[in-house]
Amino acid sequence: MLAELFSISTKAIFIENILLANFLGMCSFLACSKKIETAIGLGFAVVFVLTVTTPVNWLITEFLLKDGALAWAGLPTVDLSFLQLICYIAIIAAMVQLVEMILDKFSPTLYNALGIFLPLIAVNCAILGTSLFMNTKGYAFVESTVYGLTSGIGWLLAIVGMAAIRTKLQYSSLPAGLRGLGITMIITGLMAIGFMSFIGINI
Amino acid sequence: MSVAEATAGTQAKQPTELFGKKERKIVKDPLWDNNPITLQVLGICSALAVTTSLKPTLVMCIALTAVLCGSNVIISIMRNFIPNKIRIIVMLSVISSLVILVDQLLKAFSYGMSKELSVFVSLIITNCIVMGRAEAFAMANKPWASFLDGLGNSLGYSIILIMVGFGRELLGSGKLLGFQVIPEALYQMGYVDVGLMITPPGAFILLGFIIWIQRTSSKHFED
Repeated sequence: MLAELFSISTKAIFIENILLANFLGMCSFLACSKKIETAIGLGFAVVFVLTVTTPVNWLITEFLLKDGALAWAGLPTVDLSFLQLICYIAIIAAMVQLVEMILDKFSPTLYNALGIFLPLIAVNCAILGTSLFMNTKGYAFVESTVYGLTSGIGWLLAIVGMAAIRTKLQYSSLPAGLRGLGITMIITGLMAIGFMSFIGINI
Repeated sequence: MSVAEATAGTQAKQPTELFGKKERKIVKDPLWDNNPITLQVLGICSALAVTTSLKPTLVMCIALTAVLCGSNVIISIMRNFIPNKIRIIVMLSVISSLVILVDQLLKAFSYGMSKELSVFVSLIITNCIVMGRAEAFAMANKPWASFLDGLGNSLGYSIILIMVGFGRELLGSGKLLGFQVIPEALYQMGYVDVGLMITPPGAFILLGFIIWIQRTSSKHFED
């Protein structure tokens, strides 16, 4: 069990990094990687929301949406899986709202630090993507939770690394058309090559 | 990013004719000079994920066009009835209903393709182009103009996507739409496919270069 969880974690963080291998969450990655502080703040917010939403979405699929999932309510033939997307996105939006309210109540400092980024997370495709991948990969409850957490950590690693590189990049002279987005994409590509070297490691 | 400035100019107008000058401008602008991917920086995720070859790229373009035009029109019709505070959730439910439609159609008529695109059709929901255009354009304009804006932006998106898909399939596997394009003789002379182009890093780097070319040609520079 533990070995399996370790394998899922290494895979999610390094080998199948949600950003560098699956291209999820690019928009906020590009927009918020100019300063390290914001990158770290957004990164942790994403880790947090992913850890909460992935298991909740697992429960929703298992007990409400899957074919025959409503057997506990006496409806064994009902299949609601076509409602998956709209349920997931509603859960994510609700969770982000909830996290915002809880943080506001119990940790105003963290809330103020993350403030602007929290609502943005609802439309971050890394969150919805992880839930959908969790579903296609057929993980159980604990595995889903670990998968959510470690996907978030992988995303955090990528955005903090990129923010660090972009801070240094400000002092370099680049062709005008390459400045900003262009060079960021190319550096992301180079980072992805680095992460690709983990492919083939068998745990 | 530049969405606000980009649409500020087109916002105040009242369309009187179907294909007047302003209408043509709405469609033409996002094709190149205000391209959603390279200049507005919207919808990059899917631009990279589905472009390993040309066929899924084309399917993705069609799916996005359908969703974007549909959502722009519906949101534009409802724009006067949507309370400002809950507009995000209203938009999300409109968009996700349309995406479910597209997803189910794809599953029904082209199951293999739907498997190949896996979660990325579903992820059109969180594609920033759809939300971005709904927020920046459809909430302030009439349905016909919004439809044209959706059409223009999805075509602009398709142009870049097809460029990336074309480059990745041609360089990465020597094929186009599954047909061998690079002649056998060239391989015998020692030509080798660029395996990197099929992998994720190849996508990032190729798109980086396309952005460079595009921005140089449309004279849009960041400092």
